[in-house]
Amino acid sequence: MADNTEILAGLAEIVEEVAGIDTADVTAEKSFVDDLDIDSLSMVEIAVQAEDKFGVKIPDDQLAELKTVGDAVDYIAKNQ
Amino acid sequence: MSPAFRLAPGAPGARILGLGSFQPENVVTNDDLAERVETSDQWIRERVGIAERRIAPADLSLVDMASEAGARAIKDSGLTASDVDTVIVATCTMPNPIPNAAAQTAARIGATAPGAFDLNAACAGFCYALGTASDLVRAGSAQNVLVIGAEKLSDWLDWDDRSTCIIFADGAGAAVVGAASNTEQVGIGPVAWGSAGDMSDAIRVLPENNALHQEGQAVFRWATTKIAPVALRAIEQAGLTPADIDVLVPHQANLRIVEAVAKRLRAKGAREDMRVADDIVYSGNTSSASIPLALDHMRAEGRVRKGETVLLVGFGAGLSYAGQVVVCP
Repeated sequence: MADNTEILAGLAEIVEEVAGIDTADVTAEKSFVDDLDIDSLSMVEIAVQAEDKFGVKIPDDQLAELKTVGDAVDYIAKNQ
Repeated sequence: MSPAFRLAPGAPGARILGLGSFQPENVVTNDDLAERVETSDQWIRERVGIAERRIAPADLSLVDMASEAGARAIKDSGLTASDVDTVIVATCTMPNPIPNAAAQTAARIGATAPGAFDLNAACAGFCYALGTASDLVRAGSAQNVLVIGAEKLSDWLDWDDRSTCIIFADGAGAAVVGAASNTEQVGIGPVAWGSAGDMSDAIRVLPENNALHQEGQAVFRWATTKIAPVALRAIEQAGLTPADIDVLVPHQANLRIVEAVAKRLRAKGAREDMRVADDIVYSGNTSSASIPLALDHMRAEGRVRKGETVLLVGFGAGLSYAGQVVVCP
């Protein structure tokens, strides 16, 4: 079970790989869409990779609720 | 006791003898679409990878396009129309369910009363039809099968729906399938196919406007995760490994799906120098026509050569999917 710091670090690596955003810029308060400029298809790719990495399920309707990086970290922490 | 039936002798396997394709001349650019719906060239290129597409005028029918592509494939094969004894048209966009496209197309190209039927597996249709043709030849039910993927998707679009009108397009691609005279000559591997009917709502024609509707995100997730395993199954069934694949021609649904499938195959041993079809950039998503269009275009550009090993994989409405390994003619 990864703690929140580990989840954030792992998620940042995925975001970097999918969207080419430096891991240092992927912080909890950032909005995926408004701050990181990640589109809906990239969000799906991030979700798929996060599912593999953290052993969680992130269905599309849940994914739509994850507005910030922190939302995603909390969701993964609760559901892993 | 019933009498024993005599069966056709059959063939060791089948191979592709020729390819052909046809697209309407009319080019529709992203800027053209941006005049009609709220979108932009940059948005379309980023989301789906399309720069322009071909849209048929009202007086150019699906059968017109199928016939032109089919005639070109027969010419390329070195056969004549009278050698073709079976015609399969993979399509999901005929204006009406009756009559089918295949019989009209066969008559148009001058084939003499061949077996003729349409096959609807949407964007997977060409791979389904190619697998069927290969097995018909192998079983001895047919000698030379003309397989055509032809679509006029423009008839089934809401041109005010920016989620679909930017993606889909018209065109046709064809292959002639004939017998391999020995096992070394076999050029079509076993088909790996399947379906996910529990997701049938994800891509469908809406009854209220007879227009195609797609749950983009759900289809994207499905295609980027479920199609690479189908492709790997096709490779395994052919007795090959991912490193044997010279060229990957997935259905041209979305450039990002194409890239995701290629990436997953490379993670399983496909080569970095495996060439990957990107015909969607200038052709759009032409459903069942996209794979033979892409293969024919790549061959014309010298990006795939005679004798090379090509992996085809189609996927789409149904949901349905199919793939096989073939040798480029």
